[in-house]
Amino acid sequence: MNEIMNNQSSTAATLRDNAGVAEVLGRSYSAGFTTEIEMTGLPPGLDEGTVRAISAIKHEPEWMTEWRLEAYRHWLTMPKPDWAKLNIDPIDYQAISYYAAPKVAPKSLAEVDPALLETYEKLGVPLHERAALAGVAVDAVFDSVSVGTTFRKQLAEAGVLFCSMSEAIREYPDIVRKYLGSVVPTGDNFFAALNSAVFSDGSFVFIPRGVRCPMELSTYFRINAQNTGQFERTLIVAEEGAHVSYLEGCTAPKRDENQLHAAVVELVALEKAQIKYSTVQNWYPGDENGVGGIYNFVTKRGDCRGDDSKISWTQVETGSAITWKYPSVVLRGDRSVGEFYSVALTHHFQQADTGTKMIHLGKYTKSKIVSKGISAGRSSNSYRGLVKMEKGAEGARNYTQCDSLLIGKKCGAHTFPYMEVKNPTAIVEHEATTSKISDDQMFYCRARGIPEEDAVSMIVDGFCKQVFRELPMEFAVEAKKLLEVSLEGAVG
Amino acid sequence: MLKIENLHARVEGKEILKGLSLTVNAGEVHAIMGPNGAGKSTLGHVLSGRDGYEVTAGTVTYNGIDLLALAPEERAATGVFLAFQYPVEIPGVNNTYFLRAALNAQRKVRGEKELDSMQFLKLVREKLKVMQISDELLHRAVNEGFSGGEKKRNEIFQMAVLEPQLAILDETDSGLDIDALKQVAQGVNTLRSPERAFLMITHYQRLLDYVVPDFVHVLADGRIVESGDKSLALKLEEHGYAGIAASHPAGSHQAGAVA
Repeated sequence: MNEIMNNQSSTAATLRDNAGVAEVLGRSYSAGFTTEIEMTGLPPGLDEGTVRAISAIKHEPEWMTEWRLEAYRHWLTMPKPDWAKLNIDPIDYQAISYYAAPKVAPKSLAEVDPALLETYEKLGVPLHERAALAGVAVDAVFDSVSVGTTFRKQLAEAGVLFCSMSEAIREYPDIVRKYLGSVVPTGDNFFAALNSAVFSDGSFVFIPRGVRCPMELSTYFRINAQNTGQFERTLIVAEEGAHVSYLEGCTAPKRDENQLHAAVVELVALEKAQIKYSTVQNWYPGDENGVGGIYNFVTKRGDCRGDDSKISWTQVETGSAITWKYPSVVLRGDRSVGEFYSVALTHHFQQADTGTKMIHLGKYTKSKIVSKGISAGRSSNSYRGLVKMEKGAEGARNYTQCDSLLIGKKCGAHTFPYMEVKNPTAIVEHEATTSKISDDQMFYCRARGIPEEDAVSMIVDGFCKQVFRELPMEFAVEAKKLLEVSLEGAVG
Repeated sequence: MLKIENLHARVEGKEILKGLSLTVNAGEVHAIMGPNGAGKSTLGHVLSGRDGYEVTAGTVTYNGIDLLALAPEERAATGVFLAFQYPVEIPGVNNTYFLRAALNAQRKVRGEKELDSMQFLKLVREKLKVMQISDELLHRAVNEGFSGGEKKRNEIFQMAVLEPQLAILDETDSGLDIDALKQVAQGVNTLRSPERAFLMITHYQRLLDYVVPDFVHVLADGRIVESGDKSLALKLEEHGYAGIAASHPAGSHQAGAVA
């Protein structure tokens, strides 16, 4: 017994000055480094000349330049949206550079600057084909341009087109022209109009009729340059009976100024097509005093254009100083299905106003919304969702579940559900809960030996389970880790 | 193993424990009985380190170390286990996952190798047999949707896996029907060993029919007022707590510990 006693005293001593605790507290935004690379770009400022310059750099056809200019002129007439529950300092659109790119434009992966490859290695996104994640094709967008897309050959054999948007405009103009702006029109909203005018790159995916994309597709977005906005544009088209699963990830260096990210994503699903779009968003959130961070003002919309089609959004949002984002589905085809699974975590001074819109037009359309908001520190986290049942939405159904979890006493969680029902046969259900990580739960975990920080991660992970289940396997693991890092210092 | 001396503790400014002393040796089973509000559950919470329980005087020495100086998770790692009166639900967290995280956290602190999922599963299978717990319970979220009996059995199951040295059972018998009570008692009996001590906090004598204690203590008004063997529990059953409390008015008698 004496020996045991000694062992246990030393155990206690180890615990007291446990280096692990310091390590946990010292962890921070790990993607916050910058890459030293020779860049070229446009000086800050925005006018018609800027729009023409971007179009010219990209060797775009005349119709594309005109499309951009029309959007720009429309943007000039639009007021900034101020309905969200967000405090946004005025943005000086003339102080932003609208184009930044590595000086040497790579023609293939082999020509990509080693410093860039290293950047993506550090982020855990290897671009070398041999090292690439098994079964995942990656497109990497660095500031304003795509720097490389992997597995193109294998995808082409299956008939899948996966490339940067700039390339698609040059190589597949007919497809782009047919679908670009058909889901999110140029004048849809203030940020969508700005994006339409100045978007520099993004990903393009086209899955032809009857094809199931043989691997996960993914785009990795990285903002590196200072005072630069990132305005990417993504278009995914799934023809009749086609299936695709697509994932995007986002990071940025730590900088004291706020940087603007205003993307537009358009999804088109034709008859019996299915698109699954997952996002793990980890833009730099600003420091613990609320300095710096990305303004993430994004318009994402899917159009279930054909009967029996399905579009599913899954998002895990832990980054950005301010998030303004409502991935939506227009359920046009009969019996089409829209889903939205979301985990939004805010800490320190982060603000998020996020949710979805489900617009039911077709008969027997179905939508499901599962939103999990987690607020810690002094952050503010709002769910804003619209469910609209139009006249023709015979027998349509929606189920919405909205849960908020509060950590600490200074954060806020808000829910703003909107419902418009114009068809008497439609059924709309809404459930909402707000809970706190209770002292009872914390004590229960700790009394079993689980340290405080781990207990919080575990409880939060349990809270998010329903959403994580929807993510592709390897990204579910990443999402879980991301939550752990984002929550550090949230207790105590 | 455990030596509590003159323990005073407050909850929300109110003094609940008023000079409690008790000594527990390895291998012993002690029953703590007493009326509502006597401080039984407070004792369990103070020993396991719950926030909000302020110790104002006295000491608790466990295997030679000052137990009160440790955080709850540190106490767990040194072998202190509290079976909760009201086990807590943790939605979405798998019961097996939770238990493995707990065991590995403890092992890590003790400098032992953590168990991988296969090793853990093997351990769980062994313990399941002993505890007569259905497999299905393992796949559900921690205590979520469990019946009262399932929750208590799950506590005993956790105890079986974590193999503590000092197990504190806080009214583990409350709310159980006779069959569930027998199952829980059988679980506890299986875990009795010369290296392990039990502190059973209970309201009723009936648990003691199935788990026979070495010592019985009566806790009244924050102190142990009488100690004895199992026959004391029977006496209590007959005369009630009122009779005992009347013969030991507060402050008149410093009850000694059972050696």
